[in-house]
Amino acid sequence: MERQVTSENKQTPGLWKRTTLVDRGGGRGGDSGGTWLLAVLAAVAVLVPLLNQVVPATSAFHLSAFGITLIGKYLCYGMLALALDLIWGYCGILSLGHAAFFALGGYAMGMYLMRQIGTRGVYGDPVLPDFMVFLNYKSLPWFWHGFNHFPFALAMVALVPGLLAFVFGWFAFRSRVTGVYLSIITQALTYALMLAFFRNDMGFGGNNGFTDFKDILGFDLHSDRTRVVLLLITILAVAATYTACRKIVESRAGRVVLAIRDAESRTRFLGYPVDSFKLWLFVFSGIVAGIAGALYVPQVGIINPSEFAPINSIEAVIWVAVGGRGTLYGAIAGAVLVNYLKTWLTGAFPEVWLFALGAIFVLVTLFLPRGIIGLLRLRSKKA
Amino acid sequence: MSVRNKRLQLENLTVSFDGFKALNKLSLHVDPGEMLCIIGPNGAGKTTMMDVVTGKTRPDSGTAEFGSGVDLLHMSEAEIVGAGIGRKFQKPTVFEQLTVFENLELALAGTRSFLKTLRARISPVQQERIYQVLDIIGLTGQRDEFGRILAHGQKQWLEIGMLLMQNPELLLVDEPVAGMTPHEIERTSELLRSLAGEHSVVVVEHDMSFVRSIARRVVVLHEGSVIAEGDMDKVQQDARVIEVYLGV
Repeated sequence: MERQVTSENKQTPGLWKRTTLVDRGGGRGGDSGGTWLLAVLAAVAVLVPLLNQVVPATSAFHLSAFGITLIGKYLCYGMLALALDLIWGYCGILSLGHAAFFALGGYAMGMYLMRQIGTRGVYGDPVLPDFMVFLNYKSLPWFWHGFNHFPFALAMVALVPGLLAFVFGWFAFRSRVTGVYLSIITQALTYALMLAFFRNDMGFGGNNGFTDFKDILGFDLHSDRTRVVLLLITILAVAATYTACRKIVESRAGRVVLAIRDAESRTRFLGYPVDSFKLWLFVFSGIVAGIAGALYVPQVGIINPSEFAPINSIEAVIWVAVGGRGTLYGAIAGAVLVNYLKTWLTGAFPEVWLFALGAIFVLVTLFLPRGIIGLLRLRSKKA
Repeated sequence: MSVRNKRLQLENLTVSFDGFKALNKLSLHVDPGEMLCIIGPNGAGKTTMMDVVTGKTRPDSGTAEFGSGVDLLHMSEAEIVGAGIGRKFQKPTVFEQLTVFENLELALAGTRSFLKTLRARISPVQQERIYQVLDIIGLTGQRDEFGRILAHGQKQWLEIGMLLMQNPELLLVDEPVAGMTPHEIERTSELLRSLAGEHSVVVVEHDMSFVRSIARRVVVLHEGSVIAEGDMDKVQQDARVIEVYLGV
């Protein structure tokens, strides 16, 4: 018994260390961070159409198509960070492969967009996308059927990442794989998927992936108006998933999840099916990441296997750490902030970005264990 | 003596780890509403006995029956908890990030599934029960404090409270007063005594004066078997007990 109890209190290193702070929102002082987040999202939702559609292109205040896409991209990353924070910040599951779910959602949406190109492709084949003609495909692979229907594609956006999360989580959590080992396996998962998607005969366009999209539901993807609408949908999606995540962590299930993070075997001993709690949360998180990926692809205009690259998943972890894990809104703020920095740095000093990213992570881990949100809170407490 | 009158009946339990017999044909029983203390030197098999009863360790041979005819040896840990056996570990593990109230809420008997807990609300009856337990364990004033800021003794009481939330028929309590101040020991003793009667309570403890203060019946284990049984005075005069404890 002694052994069991000590393993409960065992110090785990670095990233796996249990946070002592989480934002549980309502109940204690209300969800002020969440209110801020929703207010900012609402402001963006009002300003973007205004600055793009109403303000003339000659004005200094005009928001270009590039600007809209950039904001949309940041918000999609924010949603990925949100998904990650839900399982890492609240349940202690550090996934280093969450970009895999994002990419799978993106590919599902990309398949729909590819089918929409139709005869407008370079080879003009009404059914086969360009890369298939190029690779001498005679007919559409079975798993491409149905993707010409938008609702089907939407279902796949949620189902494919959800199913992968379910199968992966089922085996990992049932075998009680936790901590560092789980992180390594998630990393392997996304790496394996990357290698698979790089292969031409997988039927997903090999290393080129999908691009040259034309339209979505008949709306031209290159028109500003479509871009604005896509951004508005993204904002809605971020707000809705944030609210859903907040509801989860505020429920009794959310308290069980925290209990699992802090004392897993104790929670099991109270009779809670710990594995199934982790599995549900992981599947939900995977689906949210998938939806984020699906919103990302039509806005950015390309999806390729590099989205599965392990570094992408690691970057997502850094966003959450920078923003402040266990807060939900902090994850979104962190994603936007780090990516803004990335956009700027990769433009100004492209060669230093990875060093800067590493430095940010080291500094945040050492000096801001609770991220920017933790810093802000400290400030407001002192004031 | 019918088995049906016992809360817990262990017969001839043997557990060996790599040839070492942690339990050696151990037989003992617990009566309904009884307060039983189990003492014994280190390695006597006290913890292993609790592990067997709670389903953590499977014995090589023997039987363990709970109430009238519930065979504990073929049940999972969760099923045993559901059947009405609660166990308090040596070291208190309360949920540090949750308040005292929330700790008790999670321990409430009832739904355990993710989807149901997602929508679960505390009913007035459950709230009443939580307040009642808060009162029993003397933590009403700490209701909204986080588990992490409680004193050692308070954590132990909260953990006992969490067991009570599940209304167990049998409480297994492992070294409840280790590391406690005299005042805390006194309160723990009161608490445990108040629980006997309604629940059967089995306490494993080293502190002799504490055992004397709570138990009517004491069982002494040594090398995996019972070597003496009776009230504290009888046990303390037993020649084998003296030999085992004092090494005479």
